[in-house]
Amino acid sequence: MASAVKFEATSRFFGDTRAVDDVTLEIEEGEFFAMLGPSGSGKTTCLRLIAGFERPSQGRVHIFGQDATNTPPYRRPVNTVFQDYALFPHLNVQDNVAYGLMIARVPKAERHHAADEALDLVALGGFSKRKPSELSGGQRQRVALARALVNKPKVLLLDEPLGALDLKLREQMQGELKSLQRQLGITFVFVTHDQGEALSMADRVAVFNNGKVQQVDSPLVLYDSPKTPFVADFVGSSNVLPVEMVQRLIGVAKLASLRPENIRLAEDGLVGTVESQAFLGAATRLEVAVDGARISVLLPKGAELPNDGSEVHLAWDADALNLLEATNG
Amino acid sequence: MHYKASLGLKIAAAAGLLFLHLPIMLIFVYAFTTEDKSYQWPPPGLTLKWFAVTWNRPDVWTALGLSLRVAAISTAVAMVLGTLCAAAVARSRFFGRETVSLLVILPIALPGIITGISLRSAFNLVDIPFSFWTIVLGHATFCIVVVYNNAVARFRRTSGSLVEASLDLGATYFQTLRFVILPNIATALLAGGMLAFALSFDEVIVTTFTAGQQQTLPIWMLEELVRPRQRPVTNVVAMVVVLVTFLPIVGAYYLTRGTETVAGQGK
Repeated sequence: MASAVKFEATSRFFGDTRAVDDVTLEIEEGEFFAMLGPSGSGKTTCLRLIAGFERPSQGRVHIFGQDATNTPPYRRPVNTVFQDYALFPHLNVQDNVAYGLMIARVPKAERHHAADEALDLVALGGFSKRKPSELSGGQRQRVALARALVNKPKVLLLDEPLGALDLKLREQMQGELKSLQRQLGITFVFVTHDQGEALSMADRVAVFNNGKVQQVDSPLVLYDSPKTPFVADFVGSSNVLPVEMVQRLIGVAKLASLRPENIRLAEDGLVGTVESQAFLGAATRLEVAVDGARISVLLPKGAELPNDGSEVHLAWDADALNLLEATNG
Repeated sequence: MHYKASLGLKIAAAAGLLFLHLPIMLIFVYAFTTEDKSYQWPPPGLTLKWFAVTWNRPDVWTALGLSLRVAAISTAVAMVLGTLCAAAVARSRFFGRETVSLLVILPIALPGIITGISLRSAFNLVDIPFSFWTIVLGHATFCIVVVYNNAVARFRRTSGSLVEASLDLGATYFQTLRFVILPNIATALLAGGMLAFALSFDEVIVTTFTAGQQQTLPIWMLEELVRPRQRPVTNVVAMVVVLVTFLPIVGAYYLTRGTETVAGQGK
């Protein structure tokens, strides 16, 4: 498959801050790609580099094989759904959606027809004449989506589009975005700080931290085989075992990650003391102190629970221990 | 919700409104008096002749024309500079931004007499002869402030991502200015412009220091009051001034009410 977006050793500095630091990344055509990271990790700046609102300080950005490093935003085959939606308050819903077509000099009747079709696509048919101020947050989000999609972009950029919605609406929109992407076959690039959202929607996820890409992989691989302590902790809230402990357990001087649900209480194994426990519904989370480190253990509902302060033995299958490549975040 | 006002509140409100507007009514009545040396109450008789007299006084026309031209040009200058300045202060960060903001607002906080004296000595210092343009410059100093204040408030309320959204949808910077920025700040600009026009039109203090031989309408009126000759002419002019300033405000009201729906048509 051809690459839709390609970063080549791309950096963006703001003064002394390295917002994006030497990122090399390829996003394939037709994929649902998520950029995941905490705030300030550089994921939004990366999105803005694709949209053209930022120019790289170093390196290059290619869009569909074309060097777009110095292309202004209005000449790029990409459209953006903004975090705050950025609907034009002086235009009604139909004219908002038709804005890109108006700029492209599509005749009025034709562009209004196209706008209404796009609104039907996001289940907002009949809202054409409303003002953005008369819509709910979820409806505005759909208008923003229709306004971007009506221009038939090659890449659709979404900047935390679900951040302002409440939980129920967010889950509903996740499903709708996913099926919309399948239906249209457009490349979606999605920025989020919510690892659950990234894992459930994306084909591949790039995990950002401090302006650098830590790992790019499918959600399953990220979850099971994180490469760095940061990914292990941020993506799956995995335990990161210190080097000395791993050395003692399997004789390798490396950090390793261990998923809490892969640990069980046994007769024999790593000895620790239960510090606290929290009931999570389907499972109970134990925090166990082992040699000064703290390990989370997820016990399924129905398992026998030890008391706080009691001594327990932790065990797991040999392949549950995942060695990490990097030794720091 | 509707509350029923008590009788006392109604009387107080009526008294307040009367206090505000009765003196203006008095000005109107004196425009029709037959007594032209001093203001007598009640007027000894009523006549329409002062309208004809005013119409035939060339000095009135000169002063009115000058005032209108000064107000129009100062407002135009203020709208361009004030908007640009507001856009810079509201939209970008640069060294000394807060200082610039304060310096722009300062002229309206300064007493007019200080602005007037300082401008006059500055003009003298660099040998600029007093003319139409020195009046315009003087007026522009405070006209910019009201346009700036209106525009900066509106810029701050409109989301910065609107500009990016427009660029993202294929509009160039100029198209963005025309289709997104101007429609969104239009009412603020109009309000600022009207206020600037009104401020300039009745300005006396700065004008006395920056005008040469010319008389703007307020200065002409001030001089007429000192000379007891055809006094009701001043009142006729005052009536015209009230009408001239009132009409644009009413017009602007309907105009701004209209932009909501006109802009919605999206051309």
